[in-house]
Amino acid sequence: MDYGIFLYVISLLTMGGIYAILALGLNIQWGFTGLFNAGIAGFYAIGAYVSAILTTAPTARHLGGYEMPYPVAWIASMVVAGIIAWGVGKICLRLRSDYLAIATIGIAEIFRLILKNETWATNGPRGVSMVPKPFESLPGPWNQLAFLAIVLITVALIYLALEKARKAPWGRVMTAIRENEPAVRAAGKNVERFRMEGFVFGSMLMALAGAYTAHYLKFIDPNATDPLAATFLVWVMLIVGGSANNKGAILGAFLIWTIWSATEILTSRLPDELAIRTAYVRMFLIGLLLQIVLQKFPQGILPEQRPKPPARPATGPVETGD
Amino acid sequence: MATLKLKDVVGGYGDTQILHGVSITVDPGEIVVIIGPNGAGKSTAIKAVFGLLKLTGGQILLEGEDITNTPPEKVVRNGVCYVPQTANIFPGLTVEENLEMGAYVREDDFRPRLEEIYEMFPPLREKRRQAAGTLSGGQRQMVAMGKALMLEPRILLLDEPTAGLSPKFRGEIFNIVKTVHAAGTPILMVEQNAKQALKIAHRGYVLVDGRNKYTGTGQELLDDPEVAAMFLGGEKTEVEAE
Amino acid sequence: MSDLINFHLIPGLVLGSIYALGAIGLTLTFGILRFANFAHGETMTLGAYFAWTLIQLTGWHPVAVLPMAMGLTVLVALGIDRGFYKPFRASATIMLVIASFGMMLMVRSVIQFIWGVQVKALMPGIQMPVVLFDWLRISPKHLMIVGFALLLMFAVHYLLTYTKIGKAMRAMSDSPELARLTGINTESVIRATWIIGAALAAAAGVLLALDTHVHTMMGFKLLLPVFAATILGGIGRPYGAVAGGLVIGLAEELSSYNWIGTEPLLNPGYKAGVAFAIMVVMLIWRPSGLFKGKVY
Repeated sequence: MDYGIFLYVISLLTMGGIYAILALGLNIQWGFTGLFNAGIAGFYAIGAYVSAILTTAPTARHLGGYEMPYPVAWIASMVVAGIIAWGVGKICLRLRSDYLAIATIGIAEIFRLILKNETWATNGPRGVSMVPKPFESLPGPWNQLAFLAIVLITVALIYLALEKARKAPWGRVMTAIRENEPAVRAAGKNVERFRMEGFVFGSMLMALAGAYTAHYLKFIDPNATDPLAATFLVWVMLIVGGSANNKGAILGAFLIWTIWSATEILTSRLPDELAIRTAYVRMFLIGLLLQIVLQKFPQGILPEQRPKPPARPATGPVETGD
Repeated sequence: MATLKLKDVVGGYGDTQILHGVSITVDPGEIVVIIGPNGAGKSTAIKAVFGLLKLTGGQILLEGEDITNTPPEKVVRNGVCYVPQTANIFPGLTVEENLEMGAYVREDDFRPRLEEIYEMFPPLREKRRQAAGTLSGGQRQMVAMGKALMLEPRILLLDEPTAGLSPKFRGEIFNIVKTVHAAGTPILMVEQNAKQALKIAHRGYVLVDGRNKYTGTGQELLDDPEVAAMFLGGEKTEVEAE
Repeated sequence: MSDLINFHLIPGLVLGSIYALGAIGLTLTFGILRFANFAHGETMTLGAYFAWTLIQLTGWHPVAVLPMAMGLTVLVALGIDRGFYKPFRASATIMLVIASFGMMLMVRSVIQFIWGVQVKALMPGIQMPVVLFDWLRISPKHLMIVGFALLLMFAVHYLLTYTKIGKAMRAMSDSPELARLTGINTESVIRATWIIGAALAAAAGVLLALDTHVHTMMGFKLLLPVFAATILGGIGRPYGAVAGGLVIGLAEELSSYNWIGTEPLLNPGYKAGVAFAIMVVMLIWRPSGLFKGKVY
C-alpha cells in the first residue's frame, strides 16, 4: 500500500474516532435524554483549549507552561466542561428543548468570543500552537498509530461504559423519561437530576474529543473549524447512524466523516475556484441527507435498542377514557 | 329522524380502546346528558362525534348523514359544534374576536348572529372588547358556548361545562344550557354533576367502562335507585383530569 | 453627550429596529408553528442577497427593490416549508428544530455557492450624515431604516388587529387545538405566518445590509440577538418582539459607551454577548418574557 494512502487511512480513522467520541457524547444527551445540544462546538473548544493550555510549554503568548501530563489535562478538560454544562443545565433544562438549543448555541458563541478576546490567556485569533502530542517522539508511522490507538481505545472504553449504563437501571430511567416523563415523575424519580447527568456527561465527552483534537493537530484556534458546521456534522452522524444506539453513533461518525473527508480530497483536485465552491455543495448535500433521513428513516441505520423491560409488570398511569 | 345517532361505536386512542359499542340518540329539541364514573368513556364518546379519534366500529349519523371519522374541520362545517372542557376560548383575543372566530367558516355576514348571541348572553355585550382570558369562569363558559353557537349548529356538544366551577356558577351554566336549548339547538352534554344535569335533561345515558349501562328520561334516572347509588350520592367537587 | 447619542443611542435604535423586524417573524413562527426556527437568520441573509442581485440588475435604490426582495424570500420560505417542515406538522416539535437547523446550513451553503463569500456593499459610495443643531448627526439611511421598520410594524399591527386572517393567527397562537376545533383553516394560517415572517426577515436583512454590508454570515450573527429579543418580549407576542428588539439593540450599542471613565463599559468584542446575557437573565428570572408570552 502506498505510504501516503496508509497515513491517510490512519488520519481518517483518528479523526473518525474523535468524531465517534463526540457522537457518543451527543447520544447521551439526545439519544438517551432527549436534549438538543446545538453548542457541541463550544464544549469541544473548551476541552481543546484547557488541554492545550495545561500541556504546552511556557510562553508569553498565552496562558501555559504547566506542562501537565496528558491524563491530567484530559481529566481537567472534562471537569471544566462538566462544570459549565452544569451551569447551563441549571438554567435551561427545566424548559423546553428549543430553549436549550438556543442557549447552547449562545454558549458556544460566548466561548468563541472569550477565546478570541482574552488574548492574554488564549493568544486570541492566532490560537495556541505547538501543542504537544503523545508519542510524537516516535518515528512515523508509529507515532500516528500510537495516537490512533489512544483514540480507538477511548472509543471502545466509552462504548462499553455507555452500554453498561444503558442496560442498567440508569439507562432505563432515561428512556422512560424520554417517553413518558409524567409517569416517571409520578413514580417519584428526580427527573431533573437524570437530565442533568445526561447533559453533563455528554458535554464531558465532547470536551475530551476537543482535547484529543488539540493534541492531534498540535494547534487550536477559535475558528479552527466553522463551529456551526462541526456541530451540524456530529448531529448528522448521530441521526444517520441511529440515535439512541451507541453502535449507531460510532458507525455514523466513521461513515459521515469518511464521506466528508473523501469528498474533500476529491474536490481538492479541482482548480481552486471550483474547489471552494464544491465545499458548499458538500455541505448542502450533507444537509439534504439529514433531511431525507429525518423524513424517511428517522431511526437511522441502526435503530434504537430498547432496554429489556424489568421482570415485574409496568406500573404507571394507563391512558383512560374521559 | 334523530338529530344525532351513535350506533355501536367502537374506538379509542392508539392501542387503548375505550368505547366498546356505545349507542346514543339525540332527537330534535332534546337535551341529552351522558353521565358515568371516571374512565367510562363519556368525553371520548363526544370526541368521537367530532372526529377527534379513530373509530374502528359503529357509525355516527347526523340527521341520517354518515359522518363517522370525519375530521373536525369538516364536521364543523356540517353543523356540529363542540365546546371542550378546557382551553375552550382564545384568552388573548377579545370576547368579540372570539365570537368572530367562531363564525370563521361562515360565508355570509356574521353580524346579525353576533347580535343574537349578545341577546342570549348580555354580559358578553358589555365586555365585548375585553380579553377573554380576563373574564370569570362563568363568563368564559358563555364565550365558549357563544363562540360555538355562531355557526347556528344543528347540535351542540358540551364536555363537562361546569367542570372547575363553584356551585353558584354551576347553576348559572345549567341555566345557560337551557337558554341555548330554548333558542332551538339540541344539546348533547357530558357531565360529572349528574344530579343537576339530569334535572334539566330530557333523557340521559349512563356509560360504564365504555358501554351503555342505563338509559331513560332525566327523571327516570334520577329516581332509579341503582343509578342513585352509583353517582348521585354526593355532588362531585373535583375536576377530572383528562 | 453628543457622542452618546450619535454613536451609541442612534445606532442602537437602528439596530434595534432591525432586530425587532426579525423578532416579530420569529415570534409568530414560534407561537403558531410552535418551534424555534433556526433558519430564520438565513432568511434574513437571503433577503439581503436578493436585494443585492436586484440592485445589480436594475440599478435602483435598495428601498425600491425591497418589496421584490421580500417577495422572492417569501417564495423560498414557502417552498422550504412545503418540502421540509410540512412533513413534521404532526410530529414532535424537536423534529422541526432539527430540520430547521439543517435548513440553516443548507440555505447558507446555497447562498455561499451562488454569491460567494466576499463581502458586498448594497449601495455603492458612502453617504455623509446630515448634521443638525451642530451636533446631531443623522444619516439618511438610518432614517430610512427606522422609517421602513416602523412602516412594516404598523402593517403587521393592522393585519393582526383588523383582518380575519390576522385574528386567526392570534387565535392559533393562543391555542392551535381550539383553532382546529373552531374550523379555522390551519394551513392558511400557517401559510400567512411564513409569508409575514419571511417578508419581515428579508426586510431586516436588507436594512442591515444597508446599514453595514452583505455577507454570508449575516444571518448567523443575527440569530442570537433575534432569539434573545423574542424571548425577552415573550414568545408569541409580536409587540413584545418589537420591544425586545429595541432593548437588545440599544443594550448592545450602549454597552460599549464609556459610561465609567474613558474605556468602554464592555469590551466591544463582547458586544455579541450582550444579547445572550440578557436572554440568560430572562430565562432565569422570567421565561415568559416581559409581555407574558408562552413558556413551553
